[in-house]
Amino acid sequence: MHEVDMTRCLLQALEDWRDQHPVQPHVGTIHLLVGEFTCVEPSQLQLSFAAAVKDTWLAGARLSIASVPLVGKCLVCGNSYRPNPTSGYASPCCGHPMETILSGRELKIRRIDYSRPRICGPPVQANPCSQPTPSFVDPSPCTCPPATP
Amino acid sequence: MHMPTSDTMNLSLLAANDRQARHNRQHFDAWGLFCINVMSSPGAGKTVLLEQTLCSLHNTCAMAVLEGDMTTQLDAQRLAGSGVPVVPITTGRACHLDAAMVSTGLQLLRQQCDPASLDLLWVENVGNLVCPAEFAVGEHCKLALLSVTEGDDKPLKYPVMFREADCVLITKIDLLPHVPADLERMGHHVRQINPHCGVFPVSALTGAGLGDWLAWLGQQLRAKGHHHRNPQRPTSDRKQSALTTA
Repeated sequence: MHEVDMTRCLLQALEDWRDQHPVQPHVGTIHLLVGEFTCVEPSQLQLSFAAAVKDTWLAGARLSIASVPLVGKCLVCGNSYRPNPTSGYASPCCGHPMETILSGRELKIRRIDYSRPRICGPPVQANPCSQPTPSFVDPSPCTCPPATP
Repeated sequence: MHMPTSDTMNLSLLAANDRQARHNRQHFDAWGLFCINVMSSPGAGKTVLLEQTLCSLHNTCAMAVLEGDMTTQLDAQRLAGSGVPVVPITTGRACHLDAAMVSTGLQLLRQQCDPASLDLLWVENVGNLVCPAEFAVGEHCKLALLSVTEGDDKPLKYPVMFREADCVLITKIDLLPHVPADLERMGHHVRQINPHCGVFPVSALTGAGLGDWLAWLGQQLRAKGHHHRNPQRPTSDRKQSALTTA
């Protein structure tokens, strides 16, 4: 059920991305990374996304969801391992608790494949999102009443 | 004619919620308010624990509650009996609170009191061991409850919640004589997933274990620079100025 709210967050991120383009891009595939150790069920996210984008600017866009395995690192023996519920997520060699998670908590938009209309005239400024590690642009300043210092 | 291309994003799927959560946190910090997100399955005892905790800290700590429920304001009405400001947040179909809902709750709270005069804000989430674990609301601390009637394998079945928690209270221990729960095993399972988490068995009904929980809470408040207000001493300068300018 929470995949509906995850989809809403995803659409918000996509709208913010779209608004950085001078002309509305036509989105083909949105590549997501979803870790095994999250509360997201990929098939539910697909269903929710398909329903949400119908008759919108994202109609026809598809989600490609890559699963990221849960990998822990044992701080006692130094080994990386695949924690699982049957062994209580503990290190299989020494039984140490799951202290460090190396991967599996990802919930990420990795890449967006899209096409944009060819524009005649001066070159358009590069989209900041095309940088390898973009920083998310913060929204407009807070409209809440100012907090008492 | 269209030019195919792609943008590398590496952006959190929950960026919109995370952004609002950071915004809420900025308000909490500006107000000098410590916020705790209380989560559990339905019926694990969040509301009764809050009733007892509010009662225990009433004289030393100024508190308020944002009370999340899918339907009804029954829990909010119960907690209002504790004499602290309570804002009900009815989520409708949503099975968790998100940062935007808490932001709305804060706006309503400001109609009841000056948040800068508070020390502690409790956010009682919707009863659910899945979704609330992923949606930050700007809290400083996550508290998860697990009752002895739920079975000692619950942490293994809902590991994300117990990994995310800063503290786990094993509740309803007054029922231990009547249910086949292994308290040791429950705590072990939590610590296997989250070895640095505080784990305290409590009974809100008899008061057993609540002292340990309150001592842990006091440590967190001191570590974050928040102090219980001692009624015998004047209010701190910062709090006092906030009160007089409210």
